[in-house]
Order: sequence, then C-alpha cells, then structure tokens
Amino acid sequence: MSYAFDTTDIVLSVVKIAVVLLALLNVVPIMVWVERRGSALIQDRPGPNRVGPFGLLQSFADALKFILKEDIIPAGAHKWIYTLAPTFGLLPALTTIAVVPWGRKFFIEEREFLGRTLFEGGRWFEPVIVNVNVGILIVFALASLGVYGIVAAGWASNNKYSMFGAIRASAQMISYELALTLAAVSVLLAAGSLRLTDVVWQQSGTFRLFDTIPIPAWNAFSPAMWIAFVVFVVAGFAETNRLPFDFAEAEAELVAGYHTEYSSMKFALFFMAEYMAMTTMSALIVTLFLGGWDIPWYNEPPTFLGFILSVAAFVAKVALLLFVFVWVRWTIPRLKYDILMRLGWKVFLPLAFLNIVIVAAFIAMRWL
Amino acid sequence: MEALTSGMPFLVFLIIGTIAVAASILVVAMRNPVHSALFLLLTFLCVAVLFVLKAAEFVAAVQVLVYAGGIMVLFLFVVMLINVRSLPEERVMSAFWKGGLAVGLGLFILFAGVVRPGVYHEPKGNERDLRTQTTYRMRKVRNADGTVTERRVGRSRVVGNSEAIGMVLYRDYLVPFEVASLFLLVAMIGAIVIGKRELLAEEEESTPQFILDRAEKEKEVKEVVNGR
Repeated sequence: MSYAFDTTDIVLSVVKIAVVLLALLNVVPIMVWVERRGSALIQDRPGPNRVGPFGLLQSFADALKFILKEDIIPAGAHKWIYTLAPTFGLLPALTTIAVVPWGRKFFIEEREFLGRTLFEGGRWFEPVIVNVNVGILIVFALASLGVYGIVAAGWASNNKYSMFGAIRASAQMISYELALTLAAVSVLLAAGSLRLTDVVWQQSGTFRLFDTIPIPAWNAFSPAMWIAFVVFVVAGFAETNRLPFDFAEAEAELVAGYHTEYSSMKFALFFMAEYMAMTTMSALIVTLFLGGWDIPWYNEPPTFLGFILSVAAFVAKVALLLFVFVWVRWTIPRLKYDILMRLGWKVFLPLAFLNIVIVAAFIAMRWL
Repeated sequence: MEALTSGMPFLVFLIIGTIAVAASILVVAMRNPVHSALFLLLTFLCVAVLFVLKAAEFVAAVQVLVYAGGIMVLFLFVVMLINVRSLPEERVMSAFWKGGLAVGLGLFILFAGVVRPGVYHEPKGNERDLRTQTTYRMRKVRNADGTVTERRVGRSRVVGNSEAIGMVLYRDYLVPFEVASLFLLVAMIGAIVIGKRELLAEEEESTPQFILDRAEKEKEVKEVVNGR
C-alpha cells in the first residue's frame, strides 16, 4: 500500500488543521461571553460589562484567573487518572471536527510565486481536514469516547458527588447516543453515503413545495426527516450535557458533579471541552440537517468567492445554533432524572426507528 | 518524500502493535479493576489503528464505536458501581499465571503455524483491489452467426468500505449473520432471567411501582368516601 503525498498536500493539510483548531479554540472565550451576556439578557440584568467594550475581554480575565489559581489534587484522589481525565474529555471534543466539511470546494489555479510554481496543474481544495468515506461513523466513534473524561474524573476524585455525577452522565450518554446515531441513520439512508461531503451535496439546491414555492432541499425541511431532526437536536443537547439535561453537574443536587474537586486549569479544560463539544454538535446538526455550507436559493460558484461565501454561511448557521443552545439553557428548567431516562428509551429511540422506516419507505417509493 | 512516507505504515504498525500487546498484558496484570478496564480501552483503540492501516476504516470506526464507546463504558460503569478498590496482591508466579502463560504460549505457536499470507484469501495488491466488487448477471449476447445465447457477464466497480462490508454481511453471509444475532439475543434474555430474582415481601413494598399503586388505591378509596 502506498500513500501518494506531495509537499503541497502536506502544507494544505497543516493549514486546514491550524485554521479549524484555532477557530474551535477561539469559540470557547466567545461562547463564554455570549453565555454570560445572553443569560443576563434573558434574566433582565446587565451581566459582565466592565472589562473592555460590552465586557468582551471578560473571558481573558477569567482565563488569566484560571491560570493563576492553585492546582489542587485531593489527598484521596487517584493521582494519575485524576490528572489525565481532563485530557480524556478534551481530545474527542478537539478531534471530531476533523471530518466535518466547512465550505464549498474550489479550484486553485497554477501560479508562479517567487520563481517557484505552486499548485502544479491546479488542484481542488476540499475544505475538510480528512474526507474519509466513513466520516459520520468516525464522528460517533469519537463522540462516544467523550464520556470517559467524565467517568474518569468522577471516579478518580474519590468524592461521592463526583461519583454520582459520573454514573449519571455515563447512563445518560449511553442512552442518548443510541437515539442520536439512529436519527443520523435516516440522513445517511437518504444520502446513500457515510461521507459528510456527500451528505451536504445531497442537500444543496431546492425542491418545490406544491410545485410552486422553492424551498432549500435541507434535510430538516424534508417531510421524511423532520422527526429525525427533532430527535437529533434533543439527543444532541443530552449528549453535550447541556441544560435541560445537565445531570452530570446538576449544581442544585451534586455541588458541581464530576468536576467538584477540580480547580485551576484542569477545571478550565473541562469547561473548554464542554463548549467545544457544543460547537462540534452544532456543526454536526448543520451538516446533517441544515444543509452544511449551502446558501439557500443561491448557487455558489466553484471559485474562491464561492468558497468564502459558503464558509460564511456555515459559520452563521453554527453561530445561530450555538445561540439556541444558550437560549434553551436559560429558558427550560432541568428535568427529573427518571423522566430523562424514560424520554430517551421510550420516546426518542422509537421515534428514531420510526423515522428510519419512513425514510426507507420514501426511498422505496422513489419520493426522495 | 516518497522514502519518508513509504516506510510509515510499517513504523506505525510497530509502535501501535507494541503498545497494544503491552496494554493487553497490563489488563490481566493490574490489580485494580478500573486500571484493567482503562488498559483494555487502550488495547481496543490500538487495534482500531491497526485496522486503519489495513485500509478497513469501517471496521476501525465500528471497533471504537461499539467496543471502546459502548461495551467498555458499561464495564467501567459496573466496576464503579460495585466499587472494588483493589484485589489482594498476588505473587507474580502464582498457579494462575503459570497456567495462563502455558496456554498463551501454546496458542501463540498454533497461530504462528497457521496464520500466514494467503491462508484465508489471496493477498491483494493495493487498496483499489481490496475495494473492487464484481457483480455478475446473465445477459443475452448476439453472436457473429446470428444466434442468441445467454452469457454470464461480470462488471467490476470500486465501492466504498462500508458498502463492501454490507455486501459481504447481508448477501454472502446473510444466514450466519442472522444466526449470530439470534445467539446474542438468546444470551441477553438468558442474562436477564439469571439476573432477575424474586423480591422479598419487605423489598417488594419499597419498590416505586408498589408505592405508586398503593397511592392510587388510597386515592380511589378517598374519592369513594368523599363521593358518599
């Protein structure tokens, strides 16, 4: 087996990785600010507004504070696993985004630069870090590893509240992962591929409602898949441990859940992992159901301009969904734990199955 | 660049394979069940990397999804719930270890004798060959002398990893696959039946369903009394 690489490929890959990682890491301070200002807006109070214009620099002050705090490892804790746990949590959140396409591919012309020929013969630039043919499976495989950070932290802390948080989180994540994966199966059936770029291409363009009104052919608007969309979004909230499903940390019951004992940068890492997982989940919802980088009623040209426009569309959609995450958190109160489990197994799982049957029927009737 | 990348798969295999073997030995050597579980997780992840090296991304992803993300989480869950902190220390060369080593060595010799290239299938050259699927169908062909005969025509095309596995599982090996799933179902039902036990009378009174039923009955009685 041979791997055909050349220097241009490697440089392009490194550039892509750098861009995506930096974007993902920068989402965290922005989202912390949005979360605090958003909650203040919803609760009719000013929120952080002292550091910088509109309190924009508050997150940097917070980060500085985290770095300067003392890093405490409790005497009864299991030192190794306690130290490794934040990394377990962070790695899946950082790597999952690699298979999500974030723009329309465009053609780079061959050009001369400082006496060297760059992009020999011209080449297609695909704005996704790795375009594997089992993309969606990789996403779920990595997302399913996210629970280890929480479980390891809860167990290693040697604290009853942490332990309860970890046990609740693992039960919850196992339950909702099934609904999440099965909801995605509907989309994959319709797209006929596990590759996420194919899923996006299948959603570009429009279909005509009653043969008159053109509607973007996004999966969320498809009569066959809106159930899967609802199930996927709700299960996504549960999978990222956000309110109304934040039983892993439920501060009214468990102090701070699995990260009760953590302080300083270790706590900050859990915090970052939560917001990055949220961003990845938003990107995934956008890719699977909201047309990815597709701009409605507009055919993006395969040029640099089309690429920039599509990336802007993708970022706008993800930002909107992130705001929905914040909005829901400060609007809906926490559920009871038994209601959460009952919802997962008895409502969302059958609904996801039902939707697979519906999509299969649509495909058999050649309506999709 | 070519020289750098051509040796890469073998190098990765050496590193990851060593980690996988070391981690799987540590699974049985560790005295704390949680450590064993975490090393087993490491073994699963390393095996997934080995699958990727053999151009089987689908199997790799499913390996992580099912074993690392599903089964191991349940394992950890149970280990934490029963909360075994540590097993008693044993001498390294206890009877179990001697027996285990003997069995392991025997199996190794057996496998080394059996497993070699070309035992299960012809070794295929490259990634493209691995993914080429040939479908056959009967087709009427007009011969040169004007007669029409049916001939078997094969068409090859390159398919994705998941499609190739789907073809094998649901077409070539459909019956064994379904039988295996039936076995798993039977095992699951068996585990539930074995795990279930009759509750004692006082335990029965403390179950949520019993309390709910009792409350319901009391409410009915109250309604009847109030109605009169």
